[in-house]
Amino acid sequence: MLTVTGLCKSFPGVRALSDVDFAARAGEVHALVGENGAGKSTLIKVLTGVYQPDAGEVTYNGTPVRFATPLQAQQAGISTIYQEVNLVPLMSVARNLLLGREPRSRLRLIDFRRMHREAEETLRSLGIRVDVRRPLRELGVGAQQMVALARAVAVDARVVIMDEPTSSLEPREVSTLFEVIRTLRERGIAVVYVSHRMEELYEICDAVTVLRDGTVVHTGRLADLDRLHLVSLMLGREIGEVRREGLTKFAGSHDAAAEPVLQAQRLTARHRLHDVSLSLRPGEVVGLGGLLGSGRSETARAIAGALPVDSGRVVVAGAPVRAGSTPAAIRAGISLLPEDRKTEGIVPGLSVRENIALAALPGLSRFGLVDDARIDRIVDTFMKRLRIKASSPHQKVGELSGGNQQKVLLARWLALHPKVLLLDEPTRGIDVGAKAEVQALVDELADEGLAVLLISSDTEELIEGSDRVVVLKDGAVVRELTGDAVTEDELMRAIADVPEGGPHG
Amino acid sequence: MTTDTGEATMGTEAALATTADDLPPGTTGSERLSALAQQHGALVTLVIAMIIASLTFDTFLTGDNLENMALSSAFLAVVALGMTFVIVTGGIDLSVGSLFALGGVLAAWGSQYGTAVALLLPLAVCGLVGLVNGLLIARSGLAPFIVTLAAMLAARGVLLALTDEGSRTYLVDKGSFFVELGQGSLLGIGVPVWITVALFALGALVLRRTRFGQYVYAVGGNQDAAALMGAPVTRTKVAVYTLSGLCAGLAGALNAAWLASGVTILGTGMELEAISAVVIGGTLLTGGFGFISGSLVGVALLKVIQNVINQIGSLDSAYQQVVSGAFLALVIVAQTWLGRRQRVL
Repeated sequence: MLTVTGLCKSFPGVRALSDVDFAARAGEVHALVGENGAGKSTLIKVLTGVYQPDAGEVTYNGTPVRFATPLQAQQAGISTIYQEVNLVPLMSVARNLLLGREPRSRLRLIDFRRMHREAEETLRSLGIRVDVRRPLRELGVGAQQMVALARAVAVDARVVIMDEPTSSLEPREVSTLFEVIRTLRERGIAVVYVSHRMEELYEICDAVTVLRDGTVVHTGRLADLDRLHLVSLMLGREIGEVRREGLTKFAGSHDAAAEPVLQAQRLTARHRLHDVSLSLRPGEVVGLGGLLGSGRSETARAIAGALPVDSGRVVVAGAPVRAGSTPAAIRAGISLLPEDRKTEGIVPGLSVRENIALAALPGLSRFGLVDDARIDRIVDTFMKRLRIKASSPHQKVGELSGGNQQKVLLARWLALHPKVLLLDEPTRGIDVGAKAEVQALVDELADEGLAVLLISSDTEELIEGSDRVVVLKDGAVVRELTGDAVTEDELMRAIADVPEGGPHG
Repeated sequence: MTTDTGEATMGTEAALATTADDLPPGTTGSERLSALAQQHGALVTLVIAMIIASLTFDTFLTGDNLENMALSSAFLAVVALGMTFVIVTGGIDLSVGSLFALGGVLAAWGSQYGTAVALLLPLAVCGLVGLVNGLLIARSGLAPFIVTLAAMLAARGVLLALTDEGSRTYLVDKGSFFVELGQGSLLGIGVPVWITVALFALGALVLRRTRFGQYVYAVGGNQDAAALMGAPVTRTKVAVYTLSGLCAGLAGALNAAWLASGVTILGTGMELEAISAVVIGGTLLTGGFGFISGSLVGVALLKVIQNVINQIGSLDSAYQQVVSGAFLALVIVAQTWLGRRQRVL
């Protein structure tokens, strides 16, 4: 129905897709999987006309096509359901469903009675029952998602692309969604399904295409591929591959006997985290493993008070930290180095010195006046210690390399003398040399008695850098790897493992 | 989750019906109430204000006074009508005050060539300015605030050029049919009031019952989603600014007919009055939500406040603006509060 061959797409400095072949067939649910940066979103955006391919061909119903805008793709019958519901929340369900296609009377005025009836019928045929007169925003996220889906199908879609449609759904909403997907499959619609949740993939999908680093590493029937194999394809690690010591700059393990400095107890946040507990001892590096969307960043953010939790608490050095407050967490000695340093951390227009001093300022000022000499001393110390390469402390951070930006951020938090350091993907997007330096630095800091929580999609980095690894899946802890079990094999097994008694075990 | 699939058998309809009713108990009632307050708060306030005013001042509820208020409201109301469309799309039009004055002068000047010219000339010029506003905002993605601010200054400049820096006033021939449009009356009610009522009925029909109206709401509610849903975002935006320009020009022309001259000093600050009226009428400044009838109520409310302050007499008329401003602030605070109540779910 919709096929692409030899697709290439580059962005400045990155080759997002190279020579990708992909085919969505009528009456088939095709899973598209891959880790962050594998090229899934780029592929979807090419299919839906958001991006234009550099090379390669998109064929739709046997004829080559080129969609200049999402609208063109939509009119041709390719609809996309995004992770975030893309409807107008203030308008009623029926108006959302039929926008642009409202039934009209002879005077070209909208016939609301007919509109509501049609909307109800459309939704009912998909097994959805809601009051179509209510504003969309009064519905639950799941129901909104369903309306988006109904709209996509109602515009005579032949291909429906779903980008992580279940990420904010409750389990029972997911099963409703699957019913709808099965209905679509029976109607001969081609469904492309993007998700990170193994159970979902095996429950609903017929075929699978695995992307890694912009290339297709596997495509075929999903039933022919067991979970462990799928995980190893996604992560790009062979099962049973010998663990080679010394690939990363992490040294051996740290002392693990001390009392925990940080204890996270039963952290729960709706849709995101379920009963996540973990503890960190001084001088210990604990890794958080799991696939994208498993709740790794959410856990770190919950500990740092940046993600409101519904229940659970965080205890630092015996004293509970007020939940949901970043200042409280910082005062307690928790520092979070966020995943996206561009939007959440660095102020590119400010100098190295200012960026480092930003968080420490309240402690460095007297009577509201900033003590310049003290700042200079602190900045100087950290620039030397972290080997930050800048022409001077006054150089703008935006001009530095990714690795050095990361070090500036690290310096900012270290200036607060934290007890616990949460590192979310500290080496993403920085070059190999800088990566090794940051890794060595993490080691050094742990040696000095800091407790470190390390999140990394690079399994090698995670395994070699951590003394223990807590494996998350769908927002819950599924296993903890300790001692000799801290291997890539075990990590993949833990990720792929199904709950006991599951049909795919 | 594999174990959860058993739930699928319990029936998808039931599963979803519960989802929609998942709101915490009790919210639906108070939510409806806040929605009602959002929609009819202005009307209730207007009725209360009128009752208090008529009890306090014998002169308030007289035929003369009411007719005066209606007449002087009519011109602002027509401007507010166009503004409602703009604000529902999430935009703003600051040029309407200048266009109102320009429309008046053009109508007065054009009236020497007949009523048709007196009406069509301001409509054409002001509509064109609105069109340019719309094109700049929708196509170039410039901020409505800046674009219409520029148009406001430019229109004011044209106006000054036409009138030799405001020193020349064009008069309308008293006997002409054009003057009748402003000064005449039908069944004891002034023609401008009739025209205003008719335009509001038409405007409400367009916003509520046409596809274009739905697009206006969609663009204001979530522009990106509207575009992805295939709504003609650019065309809709161009249309509302053109409409706003046309309304301002027409209001100016009618005002000139009423005064039988094109007065250049009029219209200063009118854009803010119109915006106030629309917001007081329940339309969200952030777009996506609002009604035509609310704007009419908003205009009436502003005029009643003005009238009451005039009646007090001892108060400086400058206090009108203080009261109107305070009232507007109150409404916006109430709106935010109501909006938050509806959103906290």
